[in-house]
Amino acid sequence: VCAAKPEHDSVLVIGGGISGMTAAIEAAEAGREVYLVEKEPYLGGRVARLHQYFPKNCPPSCGLEINYQRIKKNPRLHVLTDTAVRKIEGAAGNFAVTVRTAPQVITEKCTACGDCLPACTAEVPSAFNLGMSTTKAVGIPTGMAFPFRYHLEAGALDAAGLAAIAAACKYGAVDTAAAEKVATLAVGAIVVATGWTPYDAGKLASLGHGSVPDVVTNVQLERMASANGPTGGKIVRRSNGEPVKSVAFVQCAGSRDKNHLSYCSAVCCMASFKQARYVLAQDEAAEVAIFYIDRRTQGRLEDYLQGLEGNPKVKMVKGKVADVLVNPATGRLQVNSEATLLGELKGKEFDLVVLATGMVPNGLDAETATSPATDEWGFLVPGTPGIYPVGCAKRPVDVSTANQDATGTALRAMTLA
Amino acid sequence: MDKIGVYLCSGCGIGDVVDLAKAAKVATGEYKVPVCKTHAALCGDEGTAMIRADIQAAGLDAVVVAACSARAMSDAFQFGGTHVERANFREHLAWCHAAGDEDTDMLAEDYMRMAVVRAQKTEPLTPFALPEGTFCKDVLVVGGGLVGLTAALAAAKAGSAVRLVEKEAALGGWMAAQYKEIPEAPPYKDLEDVKIGALIERVTAEKNITLHLGNTIAKTDGAPGYYTVTLSGGETFTTGAIVLATGATAYDVAKVAATGYGTSLNIITRDQLEAMAKAGAIVQPSTGKKPEPMRVVFVQCAGSRDKDHLAYCSAECCRITLKQARYVKEQYPAAEIYVLYKDLRAFGQHENFYTAVLDDGGVTFTKADVKSVTADGDTLTVVADDVLVGDELTIEADLVVLANGMVPSTVDTKANPVLNLGYRLGTDLPDTRYGFPDSEFICFPYETRRTAIYAAGAVRQPMDPLMAADDAYGAALKAIQAMDLISQGMAVHPRALDLSYPDFGLMRCTQCKRCTEECPFGALDEDVKGTPMPNPTRCRRCGICMGACPERIVSFKNYNVNMVSAMIKAIEIPEEDEEKPRVLCLICENDAYPALDLAGMNKMTYSAFVRFVPVRCLGSVNVIWINDSLASGFDGILLIGCKHGDDYQCHFVKGSELAGKRMENVSEKLKQLALEPERVQIHEVALTDYARIPEIIDGFMATIDKIGMNPFKGM
Repeated sequence: VCAAKPEHDSVLVIGGGISGMTAAIEAAEAGREVYLVEKEPYLGGRVARLHQYFPKNCPPSCGLEINYQRIKKNPRLHVLTDTAVRKIEGAAGNFAVTVRTAPQVITEKCTACGDCLPACTAEVPSAFNLGMSTTKAVGIPTGMAFPFRYHLEAGALDAAGLAAIAAACKYGAVDTAAAEKVATLAVGAIVVATGWTPYDAGKLASLGHGSVPDVVTNVQLERMASANGPTGGKIVRRSNGEPVKSVAFVQCAGSRDKNHLSYCSAVCCMASFKQARYVLAQDEAAEVAIFYIDRRTQGRLEDYLQGLEGNPKVKMVKGKVADVLVNPATGRLQVNSEATLLGELKGKEFDLVVLATGMVPNGLDAETATSPATDEWGFLVPGTPGIYPVGCAKRPVDVSTANQDATGTALRAMTLA
Repeated sequence: MDKIGVYLCSGCGIGDVVDLAKAAKVATGEYKVPVCKTHAALCGDEGTAMIRADIQAAGLDAVVVAACSARAMSDAFQFGGTHVERANFREHLAWCHAAGDEDTDMLAEDYMRMAVVRAQKTEPLTPFALPEGTFCKDVLVVGGGLVGLTAALAAAKAGSAVRLVEKEAALGGWMAAQYKEIPEAPPYKDLEDVKIGALIERVTAEKNITLHLGNTIAKTDGAPGYYTVTLSGGETFTTGAIVLATGATAYDVAKVAATGYGTSLNIITRDQLEAMAKAGAIVQPSTGKKPEPMRVVFVQCAGSRDKDHLAYCSAECCRITLKQARYVKEQYPAAEIYVLYKDLRAFGQHENFYTAVLDDGGVTFTKADVKSVTADGDTLTVVADDVLVGDELTIEADLVVLANGMVPSTVDTKANPVLNLGYRLGTDLPDTRYGFPDSEFICFPYETRRTAIYAAGAVRQPMDPLMAADDAYGAALKAIQAMDLISQGMAVHPRALDLSYPDFGLMRCTQCKRCTEECPFGALDEDVKGTPMPNPTRCRRCGICMGACPERIVSFKNYNVNMVSAMIKAIEIPEEDEEKPRVLCLICENDAYPALDLAGMNKMTYSAFVRFVPVRCLGSVNVIWINDSLASGFDGILLIGCKHGDDYQCHFVKGSELAGKRMENVSEKLKQLALEPERVQIHEVALTDYARIPEIIDGFMATIDKIGMNPFKGM
């Protein structure tokens, strides 16, 4: 708590994923002036890339739509996308935060009409689809995107390319001379909601990711299951595009493992159970095997696990997976664990293997003398006056818990608690 | 609104598809609007400057913008206090219908009619205000444990006057009985001292907090902003918002036969072990001695994850056992400890604690189903199935500790009410599963069904103390926020900031009680005759009462039965021989409207015979609209709303479900009129189901084609 009266009672929220969005909206609806800064061109972060939430198997866009409406209706909430925090100076109650907005070649005048699409010839890997597909260098990832305007991938078009899209735009929304903008925000408190990055499955050499196309991660599977994803919502073998008949989920892929992430990422069990339901929703005759150490469905999420138990199409076996190999004769995948060597799944092969990889915290990437402490893995530890880590920047949590934490964190930030 | 300016945008392909001159002619000809202009880029600086200048010059009090979806360009089309009505000529029209087509133009004309009528029928909003000086923004916290104390302090520090009611004579609750806490901070390996003493001191010293110890809530009358609370001790006071933090109790393990609880003093619960440790030494209860080596078996999920007892997991018991194993080892370094578990749940960074206990040694973790615990003198025998090996396991022990779960204090509010609310719909927050009061728990964990009452901590769902303290802050924020919004006459989530509220024309009320029964938020009480007694500060502005009312006496200034009826009647119905059927489609503005936008953005095409009318919630659909439509010659009516049932997505809990029930009655009525019940259909779509929209619409049109036009057309 500050001794002197704080200079500013506005709040800066760094990160426009679900935690940051919730913290920002809740503080703004409680009457505070709030800046929400997101480094990507759009809000939504990880949740915008999910097909469904557990435990309701409902689309994230439903809650995002409500949140975007709340943002649009609230004059106290200022959203700065494509914007990174560079420097934090000052102290609780009186921070000066330098933010940099990338050049906005596509400006707020964009109506999302799509006239520039035929004029753009450059293709880039789709950031929205985690690089699993390519997309035009100019565009909008989904009709749900917020802000609802196109974005141009930095550096993707040369002068001629820029001139072509500028010529195609009837609304003067292409600013070929756009420059970056640097601004300083005077705020009283900072909420750090920078979220997480999936653990690099390439480091799990024995599990085949990167070398075996039919080994995907859980976040990649979310994109495949999404109607606006790289496969139009079809879960297929990436090697040949065929539908999957049998899927193995490898839990704790790199988690609870001293050589990788020694902690538990808290959501992967539920995520795999949910994804098992995606597979069965697509083909009720498909088979699913889940290799786990412990099934961590705490609280009432237990109901979800119980809903799968006893389903003859879903086998759950305790045991760590040693490796994943392609059977050259069948082209299908062998998942080696005690269960497949000796147990009920002996000799079983799979069309697709999903690695339930964990979360790596993103931390606070800004020049500052008042950075929060981190634990041994980089999660931010609360305790720095005026700076409040939230959600997965602080600890691995699911969406519901992140929203709960973000709501309370809004009050901590408002009161410099 | 009288002076309406109409602005049409020909940009984004609208002008290429729609004959805007015809739509403009509707505004100027049929409705004689004083200003009507078309612009090639209405959202641009030039377009909006033109509108702004007209508002000034012509004194417009409303503008109709026939351009893109209301969800796009919302900042550009804001003109101070001037009412703005959006007609979706882009996503719902130009992007999904054929260019230069007579039917597309007729659709545009109808959308223009509907928008102008809507603007005409909208009245300026005046926020609801309680009588001067009666609004109280104080916060009542019920429960003086960790969560209640944390919430009370958080609210007090934010400037609220707080009253804290605790049934016991002392503060601290369950936490105060703990010997040690599980690790809450890096490195997440070491037991922590119980910190609640310091919290109690801060609360006791806080001048903004008034304590009421040894009291429960005898009665809570009133509504947010003016609750009158009577305590069991007789004291009464006023409060504005409530945080329910009454926690949980331990499940009665005597009900779980396999645990042997009650057959030996040496079979104890986790709370009993904690009490023993806190009191000093851990001993074998039957002998009072310290056996060497001490043999302890912890039985996890004692009654938990068991459909005959507690189906859920209590989230913290695994780590409490880790904690207890750790301190048993501290007292008995040679102890032989077994933990028999189903799944060991130490999520997040707490995995470090599990690893640390494993590294300590001396604790054997086995995935097992416990079959029995029996006593022979002072010695216990635990028999369990070792799940992995498939063998039966027999362990002798000096002490068996049962990790039993939590039961929310609201588990049976019928028998044991907690808040004793004077609400027609019940004394407490409605239950979800297992007695936990909650509603939408993914996106909006505080989306309570009783406005300005927020549950927090273990009463809300099983959680550990770290999460519970966060939850206390969350509930405190929501309580403060609700008071701030409600004091300004505004709605809270999900229609936060909305200034409209329902007005009840009670002179015409027939006391049918539908509105009082159907309001998901318990906003309406009723008097002895059954006349509704509205409580606008409890209201969430969904309009379900408006949909329920057969006398049509419920209305919002900017959304009411007459307005939508007038919009429906404004739609032009072609003669039967023109072979142009007309379908009215009432769509939920939360999910179905954006799903239609997405269909448009994806350039999906569907019949141009359908007219979409957005509604606040399908629950606000009044059956008179269906009757009006059929009477005025519509050939069919479609309702599209959110998913209902256990995994409901309706933002007003049961609006789409209620609409479904009402439509069943409509179906009966249609049969009486010798009309085909298929003429009225209800569909559920999620936002991501946009690709199904053409399918639903064209399927419905095929049905109409089959059964033929409305025989009442033109009558």
